[in-house]
Amino acid sequence: MGETITFDYMPAGPEDLQVDQDDPLHGDLLKLNMGPQHPATHGVLRLQMVLDGERIVSCDPVVGYLHRGKEKSAESLGWRKFFPHTDRLDYVQPLLNNIAYARGLESLAGIEVPQRAQEVRVLLMEVSRIMAHLIYLGTTAIDLGAVALFFMTFTEREKTYELLDAYTGHRMNNTYIRMGGVYADIDDDTARAIRTWVEAFPAKIDEFEAMLTGNAIWYGRNKDVGVLSRADCLDLGLTGPNLRGSGEEWDLRKTEPYSGYEDYDFDVPVGTVGDCYDRYLVRIEEMRQSAHICLQALDKLEASKGSEFLLKDRRYVLPPQSSVHSSMEELIHQFKIVTDMRLPRGTTYSCVESSKGELGFLLASDGTACPLRCHIRAPGLLNVQAIPRVAEGRLFSDMVAIIGSLDFVMGEVDR
Amino acid sequence: MSTLERMAAILPAGTFVEAHAEKAKDGTLTLELEAEALTQALPRLAAEAGFETITFVTAMDHMDADGAVKGQRFEVCYQFLSLAHGDRVRLLLGVDEENPKAPTATKAFAGAAFMERECFDMFGIVFEGHDNLRRLLMPEAFEYHPLRKDFPHRGIEPDKLYNQWNRERGGAPS
Repeated sequence: MGETITFDYMPAGPEDLQVDQDDPLHGDLLKLNMGPQHPATHGVLRLQMVLDGERIVSCDPVVGYLHRGKEKSAESLGWRKFFPHTDRLDYVQPLLNNIAYARGLESLAGIEVPQRAQEVRVLLMEVSRIMAHLIYLGTTAIDLGAVALFFMTFTEREKTYELLDAYTGHRMNNTYIRMGGVYADIDDDTARAIRTWVEAFPAKIDEFEAMLTGNAIWYGRNKDVGVLSRADCLDLGLTGPNLRGSGEEWDLRKTEPYSGYEDYDFDVPVGTVGDCYDRYLVRIEEMRQSAHICLQALDKLEASKGSEFLLKDRRYVLPPQSSVHSSMEELIHQFKIVTDMRLPRGTTYSCVESSKGELGFLLASDGTACPLRCHIRAPGLLNVQAIPRVAEGRLFSDMVAIIGSLDFVMGEVDR
Repeated sequence: MSTLERMAAILPAGTFVEAHAEKAKDGTLTLELEAEALTQALPRLAAEAGFETITFVTAMDHMDADGAVKGQRFEVCYQFLSLAHGDRVRLLLGVDEENPKAPTATKAFAGAAFMERECFDMFGIVFEGHDNLRRLLMPEAFEYHPLRKDFPHRGIEPDKLYNQWNRERGGAPS
């Protein structure tokens, strides 16, 4: 375990949540629908609320507006063709979803990924985490009135899009992870561009922090709002930054290391109170740590240059196109993999530390070319579920801060 | 104490047979339990076995492509995580097609509520004791359970709910 970072900031302000008895609307319950077409619900989330004046009496999240039946699709598409669908789950971090799914397939097939592919994956996962946290920061800030932050974070995000475009050829929905490695190696120019960006990035985080961390409005809107204790988080099944914000040092990269995370040096930030402000500080520090991991991964990639980045196991990995055109065996391999790639019988659960929490795939194979079951354990769904726990009894204006700080993407929630 | 020993300690005497315990591909301890044993184990998981949080609740349909079912059709799957011990356990419960009932985990873990609603929505498994067992992702008036194997991949009557709503509002037939 690395060093635990805790944040020591101003003590909590006085609780002032008494219902204003002079409020003309007091006692007159109002049923209010927030969403599904509301910019502050970060997607097609609908909240059915009952308000007493400005206080939230009850809140019922209604999800499913973006349900596309991903789990059903997996059962007819087959193992390989489901990859592009994983991009569209949490679409702000497509490569991280790819990796979570690929790890499930590799676990079923019992194959090991080459060292260099692990390093590329770690790099991509950390860039994805930064991309996702930038979305959190930008959208939450604009919802709470800090419009400039939205443009600043999206400017940074645009740069990450350009980097991924240089590597994968797509800005979004990259689908660049394959069973047994990654589709293509990272070339020197791309690695250099990523390094230039990563080295400059911590200064950008300082800029974001300069605008928010000590900002009285930001502090007032987030401090002691949406408090989740450690026990609440565990009861609700929350993981990731939401759990760490409540003081639990649980990060799958440390506790169940995968893709070689045990070889990287990084710290796990944890909060103390579990309010929106703690979760904000945790995510800010996670971005710094991610940048730190990116640099280490780039160093490792420099050292492992030229080694294998995709397994040469022709049961599961497509042969290179050039050899398909010249070798009969390779053509047969390609045909078998594309039309009828079977995985051994068995059930496996593989998970990664996504930006929202524990993203897991429960894959069950009956030995055929299609999954018997592909269940996606979406951390976002549990984050949505936690909204009523923290919102009930609070002021309506806190809802926007709570939605932002719990951080979910509806593509993943509804699947 | 190993995961197995901790689980054996909270399961009612006589219901735990070591032969039923198997390791899944990912190394997770997987126990097939009877409904009775599961109902008794769920509230004791956190305090006595150290499984503090729930990871997911879902189900699997074991109907094959010809529509034949060997043994029990559904398998409800609960997975729990222990932060203190750093391990996981998966509990399985076989459920019949005629009487698809399973005990709820919401009394012990509030986080199971949405996942059980989704499982009810997708498979029609009724979680006994769940306070608010409604559909989660599909529209409330939807009549099928889409993740069942006998539900076609292309979907069923995709416009039915729209047409019904359109008729009710007096719109022109589409």
